[in-house]
Amino acid sequence: MLAFVLRRLFQSLMVMLAVALIAFTMFRFVGDPVNQMVGVDTPQEQVAQLRQTLGLDEPVVVQFARYIYNAARLEFGVSYQFRLPVISLLGERAPATLELAFMSALFSLLVGIPMGVYTALRRDSWLAKIFQTVSLVGISLPTFLIGILLIYLFSVTLGWLPSFGRGEVVKIGNWWTTGLLTGSGWKALILPSITLGLFQMTLIMRLVRAEMLEVLRTDYIKFARARGLRTRAIHFGHALKNTLVPVITIAGLQLGSIIAFAIITETVFQWPGMGLLFLKAVQQVDIPIMAAYLMLISFLFVSINLIVDLLYALVDPRLRATIGAH
Amino acid sequence: MSFKTHCLAAVAALALMCGAAQAQTLRYANQGELKSLDPYTVNETTTNAHLGHPYEGLTARGKDLKIEPALAEKWEISPDGLKWRFTLRKGVKFHDGSDFTADDVLFSAERVRATGSNFTTRIPTSAKFVKVDDHTVDVVLTAPNPILNAQWDTWYIMSKKWAEANNAVAPTPAAATTPSHASLNANGTGPYKIESHQPGVKTVFKFNENYWKKIEGNIKEIIFTPISSDATRVAALLSGEVDVIEPVPIQDIQRVNAAGNAQVLTGPELRTIFLGFDQTRDELLESSVKGKNPFKDVKVRQAFYQAIDIETIKSRVMRGLATPSPLMIAPELFPTAGFTRAKFDAEASKKLLAEAGYPNGFELGMDCPNDRYVNDGQICQAVVGMLARIGVKVSLNAQPKAQYFAKVLKPGGYKTSFYLLGWTPGTFDSHNVLYDILGCRDVAGSSRGESNLGNYCNKKVDELTDKILVESDTAKRNAMIGEAYKMTVDEFSYIPLHQQALAWGVSKKVKLAQRADNSVLLYYATKEQ
Amino acid sequence: MSVQPASSPKQPPSLWARILDSDILASFLRSKVTMVAAVIVLVLFIGAAFSPWIAPTNPFDPATVFLADANIPPAWQDGGDPKFILGTDDQGRDLYSAILYGLRVSLIVGLLGVALAATIGITLGLLAGYLGGRVDSLIMRIADVQLTFPAILIALLIDGVVRGIFKGANREDTALYVLVISIGLSFWVQYARTIRGSTLVERNKDYVQAARLVGLPAPLIMLRHVLPNVIGPVLVILTINLALAVITEATLSFLGVGLPPTQPSLGTLISIGNRYLFSGDWWIVTFPGVTLAILVLAVNLLGDWLRDALNPRLR
Repeated sequence: MLAFVLRRLFQSLMVMLAVALIAFTMFRFVGDPVNQMVGVDTPQEQVAQLRQTLGLDEPVVVQFARYIYNAARLEFGVSYQFRLPVISLLGERAPATLELAFMSALFSLLVGIPMGVYTALRRDSWLAKIFQTVSLVGISLPTFLIGILLIYLFSVTLGWLPSFGRGEVVKIGNWWTTGLLTGSGWKALILPSITLGLFQMTLIMRLVRAEMLEVLRTDYIKFARARGLRTRAIHFGHALKNTLVPVITIAGLQLGSIIAFAIITETVFQWPGMGLLFLKAVQQVDIPIMAAYLMLISFLFVSINLIVDLLYALVDPRLRATIGAH
Repeated sequence: MSFKTHCLAAVAALALMCGAAQAQTLRYANQGELKSLDPYTVNETTTNAHLGHPYEGLTARGKDLKIEPALAEKWEISPDGLKWRFTLRKGVKFHDGSDFTADDVLFSAERVRATGSNFTTRIPTSAKFVKVDDHTVDVVLTAPNPILNAQWDTWYIMSKKWAEANNAVAPTPAAATTPSHASLNANGTGPYKIESHQPGVKTVFKFNENYWKKIEGNIKEIIFTPISSDATRVAALLSGEVDVIEPVPIQDIQRVNAAGNAQVLTGPELRTIFLGFDQTRDELLESSVKGKNPFKDVKVRQAFYQAIDIETIKSRVMRGLATPSPLMIAPELFPTAGFTRAKFDAEASKKLLAEAGYPNGFELGMDCPNDRYVNDGQICQAVVGMLARIGVKVSLNAQPKAQYFAKVLKPGGYKTSFYLLGWTPGTFDSHNVLYDILGCRDVAGSSRGESNLGNYCNKKVDELTDKILVESDTAKRNAMIGEAYKMTVDEFSYIPLHQQALAWGVSKKVKLAQRADNSVLLYYATKEQ
Repeated sequence: MSVQPASSPKQPPSLWARILDSDILASFLRSKVTMVAAVIVLVLFIGAAFSPWIAPTNPFDPATVFLADANIPPAWQDGGDPKFILGTDDQGRDLYSAILYGLRVSLIVGLLGVALAATIGITLGLLAGYLGGRVDSLIMRIADVQLTFPAILIALLIDGVVRGIFKGANREDTALYVLVISIGLSFWVQYARTIRGSTLVERNKDYVQAARLVGLPAPLIMLRHVLPNVIGPVLVILTINLALAVITEATLSFLGVGLPPTQPSLGTLISIGNRYLFSGDWWIVTFPGVTLAILVLAVNLLGDWLRDALNPRLR
């Protein structure tokens, strides 16, 4: 097991290096950062000097090596747009995104799992069919449109919920800010969380339903039934428990999707998170932010994958055996 | 919302006062972000307007854009035009309490021209600033320059002591690699202090109780939030979450006005939107015509000009909120009375194309930004349709401004054959247009024609432009400008389209003066209780 | 301790056998919802495929579009024009024609993108699951890297690379390929992981062991024996992904890297209409939006039914 963990750690490190390489080379192609920084009437010599200051005239390999060295020290440079260390910008924005991602994941799990269980157990009931259809409508519309429709309905027409921002935030410790301790913070979270979580909710619902149906047909459950266990115990004690194995995987993987889609949700709701920062960075070709964001997300991902793999190994004895045989 | 937090803290003490003060808080949302507080970093209208709250120049521009005294009470020009004497206002204090003196002006004049500043053109390099006494400064020139202080309203004066104490003597360059104190803090003499600044998220301005002049408005606190999504920005105004937004997409103007709690202030902007041709390459980069450049033929340029149905663009794309323009400058800045647009006539266009040797038209690539000017992408699409009708097949490359500018501007090598651009002369003067947009690009080392992307070139226009710079007699000067414009119009140098409209969304509770250069200045704002 | 049966291991019936065996027609006829969905999908696919013949105008030809016709409401509304049944968009394009053409573009992007994703994903998933070891680690690590880059990022990346390679490339010419490749490259992981997971389980089953013992070459075992047994879930992913691809395309055009407005897809039409949501020109966003929603809904319903129908245990 230890060897397995070590090997996975090493692999993860390789992944991080690969991501760094991709992120770095990719953004050398997107555009020239110097153009973003100078005005129309900046003299040419000044432009050349800028290039030199930024090290953009050096060979790409040298630039990459320097980037890795700095990244290892958590130094991602200074944002071209804000002239602030990227790490502090990301740090400042991270709580907003993480809170949003957490709330929408919570929303999708708390709503998605019961709906999935219900639709699996009462396959032919009207409510189950309505659940399935309604949830499908939810994923049939682009996220940005759902967000705007929600704003139109709940902010403009009804005036119940705010259309943008985080509301009032409270500072905890040195850098964490939370909207969860104020009324306006909670109100501001509702629409973005639903917008962001709707898609995941549908996916989880469908997944739970499919897995439940599979599990309910297995001999294992039939045997449990034959043993005379109560239906409730079978459904929730045995079937749901077994269903949750793939749900762990998907929920873990979904986190990436949540963070990716957060870019859109944050744009629509002007949510001051990392996604918005990243999108602006792409538009402004702010390489340090883009690269750091990708590294950060990769890190998150690689860690989640690692954890999911380890959990898999723990939960599923069959796989534990396979892993041991590697 | 830090203000609210303060209120909460003070609830027990003086709940009433909080309520009263709250009404004077104005919440403002703009499409763009406020990235740096250093007033010499980015020369851009919106940023300059934001920084016009904590900072001031020696001169200011009023609601009508007329130059008026600010930190300089008055100025005199010597008879030979080589010396300007500025008398500084006494008793003005910076936000940190220190006095404003001639030293600060000299310091700012150095800093604004130093490496890294984006405002180096505000003052000629050869101009010398001489301190006469604590409140008098002479500017000594090597050649007369009647428009010396034309852009000084956005050359903001900084405190020498503060800059030295905070290691901010050098301007923060756009590509700063280390954080700078001046880009996160501000210490000006202006009507508002920076209370807090989270770049790209929120900036709070507090009224400067010691301001030297009584301001027109009654706003005690300004909370600025950038909201880039059009729909969200409009929604925030309609739901009353913000008091002022800029811009309102023109198609939403009716909706905002109909909502009852807000209205849209509209007016002509000084920016001219135009189409330009590559007239310099021997073969266009993106065209089916090989071996020659069709745009070197004035007939082709005229054919394009007359193919554009500007009235339909105005009524459909711009919803009436545009002023079709015969010149490359707005009528507010130069009287366009003597000029008219060449008539829209697709048949004449076809004939002209045939005469030029393209009876079946040709294929052409066009570059266009899609997030820079009002409905820019839609204008370009409309142009594509209109050109299709005279046989020119245009392949439209509409792209975000970052990519667009990277491709078509000087650092990108002017890689375009046909493009849409907008221009506001920074000096509000024709010389800027004649020099930057209509000047020849062929003199190495000169900044002339830097934004003349297609390099339209007429040496006679250049000669006139040089004379115009030093001419101080207004009537003579205007005659020369008119003559220069006439030459460029006759040669169909560009296709000027229109001046777009300003559209600010303002809550009914707020009264606000709209300046034609699109600067949202909230010291003009009054909010009802 | 269970005892291995002595008889030769039984291989589960192949996919096609299951389809033939599953009384698919009967199951289809039993479900009214499925029938309606199938009809809708059929109508939309036919409409898309034959749009040049069905549509009254060609919205992709700028010479036939008149700006003066812009923003005309649907024919039944005040100010409507019978020439334009569903009204016109901001450039004066007939919305009905634009939807048909846009549907075609969207489906081409979606189908090609998903096909690319499935091909990559299934191949890599099979290899990883069946061969295991280093191949498995390598592929799954690539998948990890891949997951870091959501479709939006990949679109930006490819867009940028295309620009870097073909200097001054026009988005109008490259957008379609960029989107297909972006979707293909961002969606394959799901297939790979699913296939790998099932293959891991499947390869230890008796019938595979038996095939191996007989000495069949690995590619043959993967294709003939393993693939049919692990492909079931893929069909469901395919349907969801087709819908997802269309939506991704719409989102990318919202962010400015989608198909150009001169040749609008359904998604581009929605993001154009999105601008007019507050201004009262509701039809520009509503009709393409409803078309998209109906398409996605119908495809998903078909997918649901297909999954249940293909799964013998659920019958």
